[in-house]
Amino acid sequence: MPMTITEKILAKHSGRNAVQPGDNVWIDVDVLMTHDVCGPGTFGIFKREFGSDAKVWDKEKLVVIPDHYIFTKDMHANRNIQILRDFAKEQDLPYYYDVGTPRYKGVCHVAMPEEGFTRPGEVLFGTDSHTCTAGAFGEFATGIGNTDAAFVLGTGKLWVKVPETMKFVFEGAMPKYLMAKDLILAVIGKIGVDGATYRAMDFCGSTIDSMTMEDRMTLCNMVIEAGGKNGICAPDKTTTDYVRARTNKQFECFYNDDDAKYHSVHRFNVNEIEPTVAKPHSPDNKAAVSEVAGTKLNRAYIGSCTGGKISDFIAAAEIMYGEKVKIDTFIVPATMDVASEIRKTKVKDKTVMQIFEEAGCRIGDSSCAACLGGPSDTFGRLNGAEVCISTTNRNFPGRMGSKDSQVYLASPYTVAASAVKGVITNPREFFN
Amino acid sequence: MKPFISGKAFVLGNDIDTDQIIPAAHLVYKLDDPEEKKNYGRYAFSGVPIERSGLPQGNIPFINEGNWKSGYTIVIGGKNFGCGSSREHAPFALQVAGIEAVIAEGYARIFYRNSIDGAFIAPFETAYQLSKEIRTGDQLELDTTKCILKNITQKKEYQLNPLGDIEHILRGGGIFEYARTSGMLQKK
Repeated sequence: MPMTITEKILAKHSGRNAVQPGDNVWIDVDVLMTHDVCGPGTFGIFKREFGSDAKVWDKEKLVVIPDHYIFTKDMHANRNIQILRDFAKEQDLPYYYDVGTPRYKGVCHVAMPEEGFTRPGEVLFGTDSHTCTAGAFGEFATGIGNTDAAFVLGTGKLWVKVPETMKFVFEGAMPKYLMAKDLILAVIGKIGVDGATYRAMDFCGSTIDSMTMEDRMTLCNMVIEAGGKNGICAPDKTTTDYVRARTNKQFECFYNDDDAKYHSVHRFNVNEIEPTVAKPHSPDNKAAVSEVAGTKLNRAYIGSCTGGKISDFIAAAEIMYGEKVKIDTFIVPATMDVASEIRKTKVKDKTVMQIFEEAGCRIGDSSCAACLGGPSDTFGRLNGAEVCISTTNRNFPGRMGSKDSQVYLASPYTVAASAVKGVITNPREFFN
Repeated sequence: MKPFISGKAFVLGNDIDTDQIIPAAHLVYKLDDPEEKKNYGRYAFSGVPIERSGLPQGNIPFINEGNWKSGYTIVIGGKNFGCGSSREHAPFALQVAGIEAVIAEGYARIFYRNSIDGAFIAPFETAYQLSKEIRTGDQLELDTTKCILKNITQKKEYQLNPLGDIEHILRGGGIFEYARTSGMLQKK
């Protein structure tokens, strides 16, 4: 039977020759990831259900990455990290990345690939909706809640319904002013915030073939903003080179059969896509940057799992080189590796860090920070009626803090250009 | 899930995301501490802009100041209810606040799944735009077996969609109970 990549991965992990959309199957889990917001609840349910002295099903397959509420005085948030710490010690977990130690990483969805935990053909569950980011590596990756995660901790299995696949074909060479973020905002704007609910979103075409892993991660990161269950990019040499540089573990690559069935096929010529924003208060509230150019802002934010990777900061630095920002501009490298890279990587004769400092940006420590608001003392949090342009992935009411704030989502180019001008600005102005 | 659920309706619109259901700043309280978990009820739906809270009139707080239980039992939503993050705190917060069922035109899948696998609330789907018909405060009766919703206040009746594959998990009390009943996990 012809199958898509997602169907093949789920068939293999359920011990079947074939599955089709709508099948409910129990699958074996290759990696479970959790963090400080959902780990404590997950561990609590695990102990309630399997006993206070229970051991996790396979400690080599559990990754625990505190990243959400790290640099805060909030005592409850700090208690959550202590709960992770105690559990990691009790279970003797090899892959726990503790705060305040050289092992600390930062944002889990960026740290996972860096550490070689995202591999083609595997099943990854995480207690975070943006776990779908890892679909960029040709694996089935999706977010789950505490109860499901506790079930996996005890059994190594979980039931899933096999999703239909929607295919998104991008053709053409990326214009210099365009980024992966513009493509995914265009897709979400077209199909809506529930346009892919329960479905897999497959990204393919010559544009995707030419993309770096980080660009593919940006696409897959935001499938959840269209309601998608998982995103997927077929693995290729770019994928396997990236993964093999970070892990010795064996993996298997799956590809769509030529006659695989799709829910729908959506084609885009990237030369027809403009720099794009999502206006307040929904990721599908699409507008071309040119339509909202001139909108007054008082904050810019570059960070998060979708917009805080090294390539995102290089892009922002290309725009900010020799410029000064006109509004408060917050820079949050997703991980410690990214923070280290911005101090080494140069744009022309200056490091990315120098460019940001000379432009007058504020640079924070690696974590999720203000992407999801968080405790009131969180770096960059919107505590009032700010109008912010951000490289993050959600702009629902109050997502970055106050319900009175407004958030525009955009690419690092657009955010950097807008920071320099103080109003929403088309990055094409900087490339002419 | 009880065979019959009755009580007052609290009505909301489309795309109620998990940050509106329980804002991220509140995801820090212990879920299994009887006292501390009341905070999840206290702040349930506190992220909903007040003009859109309690439709059609709006400006109705879900929880009154100082309380952690709401006076409502059934939430009526629109499309894409529970979109956004994977936080299980969302259906949990509604349960703590006293909600037993949500009836919406559609759900984001993680919220839907969390509601069922943890058996926090019963998520019913309907083709009717109930958020345009039912008013906050209307007295409702839900027959969870026949999937029939009665609006006692307005004297109207609606056939909801069947629960389908997930009914046995929900009725059994969640994924752990289901796995134990079906022999996949050992009985406690």
